[in-house]
Amino acid sequence: MFLSVVPYSPQYGLPFSQSKQGKVAELRQELNSGGKKDKNHSAKKIALKKIVANMTMSNNDMVALFPDVIGCMNLPSLEIKKMCFLFLVNYSRAKPDIALKALPILVDDMEDSNPLVRALALRTISYVHVREFVEATVAPVKRLMQDMDPYVRKTAAFCVAKLYEHDKKMVESSDLIDRLNSMLKDENPTVVSSVLASLVDIWGRSESISLTIDYASASKLVSILPDCSEWGQSYILEALMSYVPQDSAEALLLAERIAPRLSHSNSAVVLTSIRVILYLMNYIADERHVTSLAKKLSPPLVTLLSKPPEVQYLALRNAILILQKRPEVLRNDIRVFFCNYNDPIYVKVTKLELIFMLTTKENISVVLAELREYATEIDVHFVRKAVRAIGKLAIKIESAARQCIDTLLDLVNAKIPYIVQEATVVIRNIFRKYPNQYENIISNVIQNIDELDEPEAKAAIIWIIGQYADRIENSDGLLQDYLATFHDETIEVQLALLTATVKFFIQRPTKGQQLVPQVLKWCTEETDDPDLRDRGYMYWRLLSTDPAAAKQVVMGEKPPISAESEKLDPKTLEELCLNVGTLATVYLKPVQQVFRNARTRRLQYSPALQKPQEEATSAASWQFPAAAAQAAASSPTAATAANPTGFPMTGAAAGDMNAAVSAADNYFNSVGSQQMAALDLGGRGDGGAGGGGASQTQYVVNQNQQQVYQPQLAGGAATGELLLL
Amino acid sequence: MLSGILVFNQKGENLIFRSFRSDCRPRLADIFRIQVISNPQVRSPILTLGSTTFSHVKHENIYLVAVTKSNANAALVFEFLYRLVMLGRSYFGKFDEEAVKNNFVLIYELLDEILDYGYPQNTETDTLKMYITTEGVRSAIANSATDSSRITMQATGALSWRRSDVKYRKNEAFVDVIEDVNLLMSATGTVLRADVNGQIVMRAYLSGTPECKFGLNDRLLLDGDSAGGGSGGGGSGSSFGGGGSSGMVSGNRDGTTKATRAAAGSVTLEDCQFHQCVKLGRFDADRIISFVPPDGEFELMRYRATENVNLPFKVHPIVREVGTTKVEYSVAIKANYSSKLFATNVVIRIPTPLNTAKTTERTSQGRAKYEPEHNNIVWKIARFSGGSEYVLTAEATLTSMTHQKAWSRPPLSLSFSLLMFTSSGLLVRYLKVFEKSNYSSVKWVRYMTRAGSYEIRF
Repeated sequence: MFLSVVPYSPQYGLPFSQSKQGKVAELRQELNSGGKKDKNHSAKKIALKKIVANMTMSNNDMVALFPDVIGCMNLPSLEIKKMCFLFLVNYSRAKPDIALKALPILVDDMEDSNPLVRALALRTISYVHVREFVEATVAPVKRLMQDMDPYVRKTAAFCVAKLYEHDKKMVESSDLIDRLNSMLKDENPTVVSSVLASLVDIWGRSESISLTIDYASASKLVSILPDCSEWGQSYILEALMSYVPQDSAEALLLAERIAPRLSHSNSAVVLTSIRVILYLMNYIADERHVTSLAKKLSPPLVTLLSKPPEVQYLALRNAILILQKRPEVLRNDIRVFFCNYNDPIYVKVTKLELIFMLTTKENISVVLAELREYATEIDVHFVRKAVRAIGKLAIKIESAARQCIDTLLDLVNAKIPYIVQEATVVIRNIFRKYPNQYENIISNVIQNIDELDEPEAKAAIIWIIGQYADRIENSDGLLQDYLATFHDETIEVQLALLTATVKFFIQRPTKGQQLVPQVLKWCTEETDDPDLRDRGYMYWRLLSTDPAAAKQVVMGEKPPISAESEKLDPKTLEELCLNVGTLATVYLKPVQQVFRNARTRRLQYSPALQKPQEEATSAASWQFPAAAAQAAASSPTAATAANPTGFPMTGAAAGDMNAAVSAADNYFNSVGSQQMAALDLGGRGDGGAGGGGASQTQYVVNQNQQQVYQPQLAGGAATGELLLL
Repeated sequence: MLSGILVFNQKGENLIFRSFRSDCRPRLADIFRIQVISNPQVRSPILTLGSTTFSHVKHENIYLVAVTKSNANAALVFEFLYRLVMLGRSYFGKFDEEAVKNNFVLIYELLDEILDYGYPQNTETDTLKMYITTEGVRSAIANSATDSSRITMQATGALSWRRSDVKYRKNEAFVDVIEDVNLLMSATGTVLRADVNGQIVMRAYLSGTPECKFGLNDRLLLDGDSAGGGSGGGGSGSSFGGGGSSGMVSGNRDGTTKATRAAAGSVTLEDCQFHQCVKLGRFDADRIISFVPPDGEFELMRYRATENVNLPFKVHPIVREVGTTKVEYSVAIKANYSSKLFATNVVIRIPTPLNTAKTTERTSQGRAKYEPEHNNIVWKIARFSGGSEYVLTAEATLTSMTHQKAWSRPPLSLSFSLLMFTSSGLLVRYLKVFEKSNYSSVKWVRYMTRAGSYEIRF
């Protein structure tokens, strides 16, 4: 389906009957009109506004005005300048040769006395993907990184990341990244957060760059968090993921100091804080502290459910993740996930998943009543999920199986076709889980056989008929009804029919002896499907060789199925927990499966890393007072200066976290920027020299594979994979 | 981070296309139009195709779309899109297709300012309005270098949300405590879920750089206060350097603390979230809400309460399906608050089956009307005094249908607003303003409870 775009005439536009040529000519004339009389350049402004309006709406015809627009660029009006720059950014790639004429103006502007103009020029020049522009940016950006105005400096910080996108090699062979790195000493928090955003961006694009943050720097970053904008806080928190705690106490202290961010009103700050705290938990030895941190994560996550639905959705998806990693989070909160009637479907379905995960023996009655309610709603997709959840709960919680089955039968009695079909499938699974317990409900299921028209449901009922052929009175009749349309069924149903017929024959040989040869003939001679043929021959040979053995093989006892688990494998779970709040958590798939050229995050080894298998061996050598001592010792130059401020070096009561947190805050506030200079943050590996930097092998993951995928990425949009819902 | 921001109208015309990275090509606009706008199957706000992710929100009659190419911070993307909506509303009053079409240039200018290389920058309306202005309101200050420095300091400073030169003749602050009470009641009358989402909106008209301290009857807050009072109550007062006024406030505080706690009890807040002006470290350490407010209106905090929720209305629906041709209703609603108060705009929506042909209603108060387009009987009571109880009896006659499908019985829902009442029991205990010029200020508090999702199954 394609909607045609009807061009409309914007406020300043022209009647759209006019030809493109005419429109361009008229705008050009308007732009050049006015002359000396036009003191405030108001005519030019109006003309430029029309041009900007037409830029998006009508395709590329405005590009013809490029020289005229550049002519206006140097007029003494910031408003006009901004419009011209926007035009430049839009069309420079189409006409790089004309764009070059604007270069001197931009270079000039970067020396303007007005900081807004300097920043604007720098921002604009670095958007232009033309070689001359990129090269001409390098020298000025080095100067502007040390500009006296913080606004210009933060623009310069982002500029390095932009240049890196345009020309990796050039940036790597210059000292720009080192300079950017040294900007972390800046006294302005906004500049520091921008530098971090830029560094993390560069890190994400290159395997040859590593980002390492030591404890002292991490602490300093946490102490400037409150002075940053909400976005700045997110950038800093993201960067903190590159800090690898070397000591359990460091990790704990940092996590405790980040925890107040969980009350921020911006969900990006909240979710990124959760990410960092979850990450730090991997390095905390004392389970008690881990549990108390985990407890703090629960309320903010639930509070996000009062945000707009998109954010709710994100919070819910991440709740699924966090619940698997730390089951103690959210344990008592099942009711908050009950659906509102007006929740968007994507929110409802995710809530349903969480309800399933959180259901226990204790709350099953409440949950079943709730799920029953959902099963009467209008949205078919959601109703089915609800019915399926009831069946899955029967398998998950054995003591509640009877209750679940009663609920299912109740729903089936309403005879709504899609509910019946869904229920049939889950009831089959219940039989498989609890053999010889609930077969008395077979008759209830068989009653609704006529309602079934979906392959999955048909296959389910056919399995039931086959499995219990000796208990169902008219099983031959039922089977024959289905066999009548054998050739029109899907493979799934045909396979089920084949198996069921054989089972039927084994249990009731007299009645089955007419059916079996016919079905075997169909399956071996009249089908192209390899699975069906193979299975057909297998049964045939089995039956013709030794009927007694066949009975043992086919009707032999099978181990009951276990709860349908949708748990992520540990490796994926670990990776996703390092990516809380990102798009990958919406899909709950390994990051590289969704974003092929994403750099993977792994838990980095350090002496403090807590691995489940190592837990037993690692002695609990860590005690709280050591934290303070460690923290102070990590920056020896400042340790003596810190003592008089009452930093609790020794003798602090274990567990007095608040005092330690505030002491650490005070301490790191007092760490001057001079000391920050001595700390090593970011940059290019240990040596820091040269552009090669190939020594950073720990991040090189599937480099070749990525390149294979590269061409696909360009046209990937049309492949339509990963459509959610 | 973001590769581009796109705005579409409902027909799928691309109104705004701003790319911040070279990987955001114009044809992505067509892909979004085809894959999302004209595809009714898509029901998720996030769509990843190949390596491109479209995240969108709908506002009025426009789609705001963020394009990302990597595993971006999705929370940040949506927060930004909502901020964009907020900015649009604050600039144009209404942020819809018409506003976009009338303000192309300004929107591009804004986008250039609030995103750099796709990373959100300062998005504070107050600061932005200093140098990015709608036509007519010409900003004079942006043209000289010194004034520009002031703007840049503001945009990158620690108080990016507040200008330093705010002046009022009369210093006033208005605090609105607005609670949305959510209820989900089962058909048997048990409360499945009752909670309160509260927000505290402040309108601050205060000169200079005022430091505010704000106190609630939150249980933890109260405990924190008493603990603080024991060890160093005087110290916390003097830290503001406010001299006389602060001394006086802290002087009578101990008295009032006990009084209010006795009178109002305390409330347990499950969780709170604060505007970025609130010093979170301070709140975490000693539960004191202290902040330098932005000028004008802003949302100071949001909170959630789940314990002891006072439900303002009790509803008892009796719905009987008589055969397949008739449904009988008897709905009683009782106000559960003091008779001195009254709720306004009480609207009760009573679902009817899809094949309803005709209804008859009788009410003891207010008006009831059948709205066939929504399959509802809407019962409106303009003014609902505390303690009173009203009843509606109705009957829906159904047409016979060849394909009889069970009626899904959606829940009955309520909307109302009730002044001077908080479902959570939350009260504002004090709001103190400290400013170096030591002016006196007038503070007003208002409470309101509204229906959030107030649903009763039957």
